[in-house]
Amino acid sequence: MAFATELGRAGAILWKDLTAERRTKANFNSVVAMAGLILLFFGFALGPDAKGLRSAAAGVLWLTVLFSGVLAFNRSYQLELDGNALEQLLLYPGERWTLFAGKLAANLLFVFLVEVVTIPLAGIFYHVAVPALWGQVLGVLFLGTVGFVTLGTVYAAMASRSRAREVLLPLLLFPMLVPVLIAATEATGALLIDDPMGNAGSWIRLLATFDVIFVVASFWVFPAVIEG
Amino acid sequence: MSSVTMPESRPDRGAAAAAEPIARPKVPWWLVGLAFGTLVSGQVVGFLTSEPDRDMGHLQKIMYVHVPAAWASFIAFFIVFWASVTVLWKRNERADLLNAAAAEAGAVLTGLTLVLGSIWGRPTWGVWWTWDARLTSTAVLFLVFVGFLALRALTDDPERRARWSAAVGILGALNVPIVYMSVKWWRTLHQLQSSPSTVDADYVLGLRWNAFAFAFALAAFVTIRYRTALFALAADRRAEARALAGGSTDAR
Repeated sequence: MAFATELGRAGAILWKDLTAERRTKANFNSVVAMAGLILLFFGFALGPDAKGLRSAAAGVLWLTVLFSGVLAFNRSYQLELDGNALEQLLLYPGERWTLFAGKLAANLLFVFLVEVVTIPLAGIFYHVAVPALWGQVLGVLFLGTVGFVTLGTVYAAMASRSRAREVLLPLLLFPMLVPVLIAATEATGALLIDDPMGNAGSWIRLLATFDVIFVVASFWVFPAVIEG
Repeated sequence: MSSVTMPESRPDRGAAAAAEPIARPKVPWWLVGLAFGTLVSGQVVGFLTSEPDRDMGHLQKIMYVHVPAAWASFIAFFIVFWASVTVLWKRNERADLLNAAAAEAGAVLTGLTLVLGSIWGRPTWGVWWTWDARLTSTAVLFLVFVGFLALRALTDDPERRARWSAAVGILGALNVPIVYMSVKWWRTLHQLQSSPSTVDADYVLGLRWNAFAFAFALAAFVTIRYRTALFALAADRRAEARALAGGSTDAR
């Protein structure tokens, strides 16, 4: 019963964040535009050779998701800081983890929606056809995004309230994402192009392990991060 | 300096704190001397006990400072993890000061490990950098320390800074083994060069000696930084107490 009430609180925060985003759309449009720009620019840097582009596609896709997605997290707290809304959120009764759960869900949905636009675009620019194992590719995208967004939501809670928030968030977040980037890129690449060694499975397991560890740790440290 | 306040002295605690002189932080000179002495003698021992390596010559001697620096950075890293857990669990102010001291020393030692390894790697492997699991995870550890220190530098409220850096310390500590694993698999799957890791019996004494030297140096750095931070904290408290008592706000 109590747990259902807490989940309701998380849901309320999710709904609030989504409503704010739906009404302004400023954040989504600029992040998607940024993602398209990054995809184009990697193309310029890598050259027009179709084979080279295809083999780089998985890495480029994940870097695009990381570089554009990171722009969204600070903003999710910036909305709260304007007008001291965060203070009021913290004054509401209930557990602090619900705040994290709501913010996490909102950021996850946001990044998934960015991916809905970015991934087909990456497929077109980098000459990657829809893979046979598309279900597994979606699974990798899901796991990688969960790891990325979980840590992004924790670190943005700190970075957004510090001085120099634009620099601090990537500086704190990206070193933490090395395993996600490696595992997600390897798994995606294996599933998109070919997987002669049958490695995709072990990368997916590493990604899942990473997610479990950091989702649990994030729920544990977040109350200490958000208070005061 | 003492954090224990007698209940009966509470009413005029502010005035007492304002007048109380703050002891200057003591430098542990014996520890500094021990670290310096073992470090210098460690190099002498290293040169005397081991022949120039057949392939590397005296270049191999970099190992005597590179490997102990890496070990000492791991000790610093464990202090950070332990202090971070203590901060979040017990909300202990002093654990936060220790956390900062160990992270600073850890960042220096990790940076030193990377630079020394790179200097050794260029003539030995022919490259300044290779995407080996140890190198890459050490680089990531260095970046975690840098982020930790940047966060501390950019956060003003001390209580908030303590909680935040503890969170970053714990998450960073959880990440390092995962980084190591992922880079190791990444490299192994690609089948490229591996790093030489076997050590001949001739090198053991020099290596052990230097390991102690670096451990002493780490202890000296952390102690000095910790005591300085305690001093700065006491000075802040006294300035606060003076301001409350209506006096000068000068921190000294």
